[in-house]
Amino acid sequence: MVNKTLNAPEGLPSDVERIKEESNYLRGTLKETMLDRISSGISDDDNRLMKFHGSYLQDDRDLRNERQKQKLEPAYQFMLRVRTPGGVSTSEQWLVMDELAQKYGNGTLKLTTRQAFQMHGILKWNMKKTIQEIHASLLDTIAACGDVNRNVMCNPNPDQSDIHSEVFKWSKQLSDDLLPRTRAYHELWLDEEKVAGTPEIDESEPMYGPLYLPRKFKIGVAVPPSNDVDIYSQDLGFIAIVEDEKLVGFNVAIGGGMGMSHGDKETYPQLAKVIGFCKPEQVYDVAEKIITIQRDYGNRSERKNARFKYTVDRLGLETVMAELEKRLGWNLDEAKSYHFDHNGDRYGWVKGIKGKWHFTLFVQGGRITDLNDYKLMTGLREIAKIHTGDFRLTANQNLVIANVTSQKKKKINELIEQYGLTDGKHYSAIRRSSLACVSLPTCGLAMAEAERYLPVLIDKIDEIIDENGLRDEEITIRMTGCPNSCARPILGEIGFIGKAPGKYNMYLGAAFDGSRLSKMYRENIGEAEILSELRVLLSNFAKERKEGEHFGDFVIRTEVIKAVTDGTNFHD
Amino acid sequence: MQLQVMNSPFNQEQAELLNRLLPTLTESQKVWLSGYIAATQSASAISTQEAPVASLPAESAVQTISKEVTILYGSQTGNAQRLADNAGKSLEGQGFEVTVASMSDFKPNNLKKLHNLLIIVSTHGEGDPPDNALSFHEFLHGRRAPKLDDLRFSVLSLGDSSYEFFCQTGKEFDQRLEELGGKRLNERVDCDLDFDEPATEWLEGVISGLKEAQGGSATVSSKTPQAAVESEYSRTNPFKAEVLENLNLNGRGSNKETRHLELSLEGSGLTYEPGDSLGIYPENDPALVEMLLQELKWDPDEIVKVNKQGDVRSLKEALTSQFEITVLTKPLLQQAAELTANTKLKALLSAGNEDKVKEYVNGRDLLDLVRDYGPWSVSAQEFVGILRKMPARLYSIASSLAANPDEVHLTIGAVRYNTHGRDRDGVCSILCSERLQAGDTLPIYIQHNQNFKLPQNPDTPIIMVGPGTGIAPFRSFMQEREEMGVEGKSWMFFGDQHFVTDFLYQTEWQKWLKDGVLTKMDVAFSRDTDEKVYVQTRMQEHSKELFEWLEEGAVIYICGDEKHMAHDVHNTLIEIIEQEGSMSREKAESYIATMQQEKRYQRDVY
Ligand code: SRM
Ligand SMILES: Cc1cc2nc3c(=O)[nH]c(=O)nc-3n(C[C@H](O)[C@H](O)[C@H](O)COP(=O)(O)OP(=O)(O)OC[C@H]3O[C@@H](n4cnc5c(N)ncnc54)[C@H](O)[C@@H]3O)c2cc1C
Ligand SMILES: Cc1cc2nc3c(=O)[nH]c(=O)nc-3n(C[C@H](O)[C@H](O)[C@H](O)COP(=O)(O)O)c2cc1C
Ligand code: SF4
Repeated sequence: MVNKTLNAPEGLPSDVERIKEESNYLRGTLKETMLDRISSGISDDDNRLMKFHGSYLQDDRDLRNERQKQKLEPAYQFMLRVRTPGGVSTSEQWLVMDELAQKYGNGTLKLTTRQAFQMHGILKWNMKKTIQEIHASLLDTIAACGDVNRNVMCNPNPDQSDIHSEVFKWSKQLSDDLLPRTRAYHELWLDEEKVAGTPEIDESEPMYGPLYLPRKFKIGVAVPPSNDVDIYSQDLGFIAIVEDEKLVGFNVAIGGGMGMSHGDKETYPQLAKVIGFCKPEQVYDVAEKIITIQRDYGNRSERKNARFKYTVDRLGLETVMAELEKRLGWNLDEAKSYHFDHNGDRYGWVKGIKGKWHFTLFVQGGRITDLNDYKLMTGLREIAKIHTGDFRLTANQNLVIANVTSQKKKKINELIEQYGLTDGKHYSAIRRSSLACVSLPTCGLAMAEAERYLPVLIDKIDEIIDENGLRDEEITIRMTGCPNSCARPILGEIGFIGKAPGKYNMYLGAAFDGSRLSKMYRENIGEAEILSELRVLLSNFAKERKEGEHFGDFVIRTEVIKAVTDGTNFHD
Repeated sequence: MQLQVMNSPFNQEQAELLNRLLPTLTESQKVWLSGYIAATQSASAISTQEAPVASLPAESAVQTISKEVTILYGSQTGNAQRLADNAGKSLEGQGFEVTVASMSDFKPNNLKKLHNLLIIVSTHGEGDPPDNALSFHEFLHGRRAPKLDDLRFSVLSLGDSSYEFFCQTGKEFDQRLEELGGKRLNERVDCDLDFDEPATEWLEGVISGLKEAQGGSATVSSKTPQAAVESEYSRTNPFKAEVLENLNLNGRGSNKETRHLELSLEGSGLTYEPGDSLGIYPENDPALVEMLLQELKWDPDEIVKVNKQGDVRSLKEALTSQFEITVLTKPLLQQAAELTANTKLKALLSAGNEDKVKEYVNGRDLLDLVRDYGPWSVSAQEFVGILRKMPARLYSIASSLAANPDEVHLTIGAVRYNTHGRDRDGVCSILCSERLQAGDTLPIYIQHNQNFKLPQNPDTPIIMVGPGTGIAPFRSFMQEREEMGVEGKSWMFFGDQHFVTDFLYQTEWQKWLKDGVLTKMDVAFSRDTDEKVYVQTRMQEHSKELFEWLEEGAVIYICGDEKHMAHDVHNTLIEIIEQEGSMSREKAESYIATMQQEKRYQRDVY
């Protein structure tokens, strides 16, 4: 099927395509709307463009009905996503994020599943100030969302810092090189003078083109044996290949993605497939060509089917590979062998090379905030004030206080203890392996709670865990408020996807190392059923598991659920 | 005219007899008859309650001297105006030729022509004249004021004894007219908030004054004037309106609480126009009444007289709904001093201590007085005898009757503050915010306000400045204009603390703007940004366009806080006119004065 003719799907372009086309390289009428004082919201069209600038208009859904009665518009506010390639942030940058969250945001920070910062609750009139202060800290929000390449993920694994720093270098470069060229961001937020001449000439997007991509595009880089970035969930994944302590290159995997829609079998989660190997210096070339293929043949008519995974499945892997090599003008090497053994994080202090220390902190739901009994935000602020190393956001919404010198270790450890910052050791392993998306109250697409509810649910699951002596058994458990799957629930051994308030679809059978999708086990169930199902499953697991067998594999072996061999049979 | 039971004081039989007799009388017979009746009448003096045929004798008797009476009123919230209209009616009933006018409509150079002048004026601000009295007040006190040697006058001043400058404006008119050579028909009467009785007495005094001036030849009517009301309900006979809706307009996390109240007027026959206000007779906080009773160790159920008419209530009821217990006034202190054995109160009131007294009454209530200056060796009856009647609270109506038949909406800011170590609640606003549910009723009346009205001409542009609860009447304006499909330009300035929580009626304004019912809107939220911005800041920002609107004949309305906002906005306006019209300060001020004259500058401030 290699000779299959290449073409994009038929059909009228979606409305978003029109908006992009009319936007004059992502400007639209944002300048004016942001100045209007009568509403803190903006038009739908402008909000579409806003995403390319790293932000979304949202409203506090907890207050919607109440405010409507009060004759007040929804509590509109902006979410701002700060691009941090590889999730690396300096202490100075951490302090800026912290300050901005207090000053303009809702007083909390969200560490995302793609190693970025998110601030919620920023008012329209504070957006410019916020973005300018972020810019001054040498971070930005450009292309943190939108139909472009996103924040490039990279394993922050501190154990092998040499490799890591090298891999990080490549990821950072990718992230930056793949940025859009338009000056709209600088004009709108940084008061840059409008570039002279017509945009077409000055800022035409050599790679993206005026319409950018059909849909968002995501790249991740993994360093085995850790698959924390869930390499198979990426549109494009690079797997670092290390031979005798040296980075020789990367295996290339394409066509992964998690999002789907309830009741629409045309949409499904899919795993990226390894198609070959390239040298580090070839990484950008490969990424660029893959992106242009998606640009040219991706579905611009139906956004639900516009992700690269559908393009690959429609054209066929071989076709895409052939087209890639045609555009590259050279061929990928044979993929090299590699091995993953987990996609979660490893907590606590570890000694890296060059005598540097790293502390991986468990952050429930990735939410940095101060609770009455847990002053996480303050603690980290105090640490940042004296920390000479850096902070690393992990793909599991956790945080690494990295590159701590032996001299500083004592002081920092004192602060860690003073504020009771936890490596999660006193939690059950299942809680330490949990992931939840933002969901309510800020996410406009949420159908059910996630970040606010999973911890509560786990309190109850913990009882079952203890009954069965599984406290130290790592079982990845993930929950999202809707099938967009922002916390990659289909790659959790136990997955929940919100269907309606208090109701979830339950998924089982994913592999512990993130190499197999799970499958729907129960549809639309509430807490009581969730718990009674888990009670049976977990006690069987405790009794009948084989030595070292993971829960995900167990449910397949004992035929609780059928293994998903490919996204295309996820719904069967 | 044909006499009937309806239009005369006679019964059916008398009326018929007179109707047969009168047409047959010659002029001289009539004169003789009226003289005869007048004589017998003055002999039996006031005793006769019923007046004889009103018009006939008057006509003839008054031929000798001027029967022209001019009543000028200065009124902000309509009380003085209503009293003036009523006075006019009853004087006409006495056969006088009466002209009732707002001071702003009166041509000062006509002053010299007047023989009988009655002034009914309230005091506002801090001892300032009401807006529509400003220019006349200024004229009288200026150098161009004429000598008024053959003028007879009398002043009725409205005020509130809890203010430092009680009835100041009335006093000033009274004194000034005398200085200019006028003679008093009747001594000035200063009314406190409960003004009906003193006002009636003043009018009776004036009438007899006028009659005496006419050599007592005419008849005296002791019939008390009554307003011709369209509804049986009024300020003196409030309607119990059912609460349909009562909600807080401020979003969570706001420092403010602003109640949106919807009341039913069904069956009341009450009507109102945009710009009118609504009066509410509130009840005191039961907790406060309780504390007072305990402090004084009185029996809550003891029966007390609550007014001259001798109506009675239980003490508890009286203190809850009949009397004012949250405000201290100097007169009250003076009377209280007579009821306590404690000499310290007299000492406080002794001459030279004015400031101390002022200091003391500020932010204190009856409970403080009772606690500070006991023991009270006095009966409950004596004690309540010195209290002021519970005054009604006025609220700018926030709805249009056309848009909401049988309904009236209000926008009420909750008043809470802490003084002298105790949390204090505004009587009416906190009643509405904490103790009033849908289904309950409130005693209310309509306070018509001719001084705050939409322009007759629908094309006249309007500029509305209403921060905080000042937004209320403009919601009514918008509803009305939307209902009537008015095309004229309109521009709203609103401000408060925070955009997110304090943008009152936000979605309604957004809709009016979208639908073009409202042309422009500018908002200022003082606590959202580092630099404080207020409505006047926004007005300045648009000074050019704003002046253009004024030049096009726009009417500007200002509603809300009197102490700060109204003054700042006023000054900003003057600055804008100076700057954009390149005028001197004086010029700009007279520009505004003219607007006031033309009713193009209207205020509803409190
Ligand atoms: C913050 C974050 C979840 C978290 O708790 O960390 C997140 C939050 C949102 N995602 Fe996501 N996504 C986040 C990672 C993901 C991932 C995981 C990943 O990329 O590894 C996925 C699944 C992988 C994939 O893309 O297939 C993901 C798939 C989606 C989708 C579905 C895309 C699809 O192909 O169907 C949407 C909806 C859309 O794009 O139309 C979405 C949309 C959203 C929005 C912006 C909702 C919206 O469009 O209005 C959410 C904002 C909620 C809020 O209030 O903050 N998000 N989103 C993650 C931010 C990552 C980052 O820093 O960039
Ligand atoms: C024509 C007109 C229209 C009005 N329209 C409206 C309207 O639309 N909406 C609205 O909310 N109000 C309006 N008002 C004001 C309203 O009538 C009441 O005055 C207000 O609601 C307070 O009444 P209350 O009974 O709650 O408080 P009260 O019991 O009357 O107490 C108010 C008094 O408490 C004292 N006080 C308040 N704060 C402090 C402090 N910090 N320190 C010391 N003393 C203090 C002051 O003496 C103040 O006068 C209007 C007034 C007028 C005259
Ligand atoms: C904002 C405001 C300020 C007032 N200031 C005074 C004052 O300084 N002295 C006074 O005696 N009465 C004062 N009053 C009370 C009024 O004079 C009183 O309510 C009067 O009945 C109003 O009559 P009107 O409706 O004709 O304006 C004030 C009332 C208001 C609303
Ligand atoms: S998964 Fe759905 S609910 Fe959760 S953050 Fe993503 S879009 Fe929102």
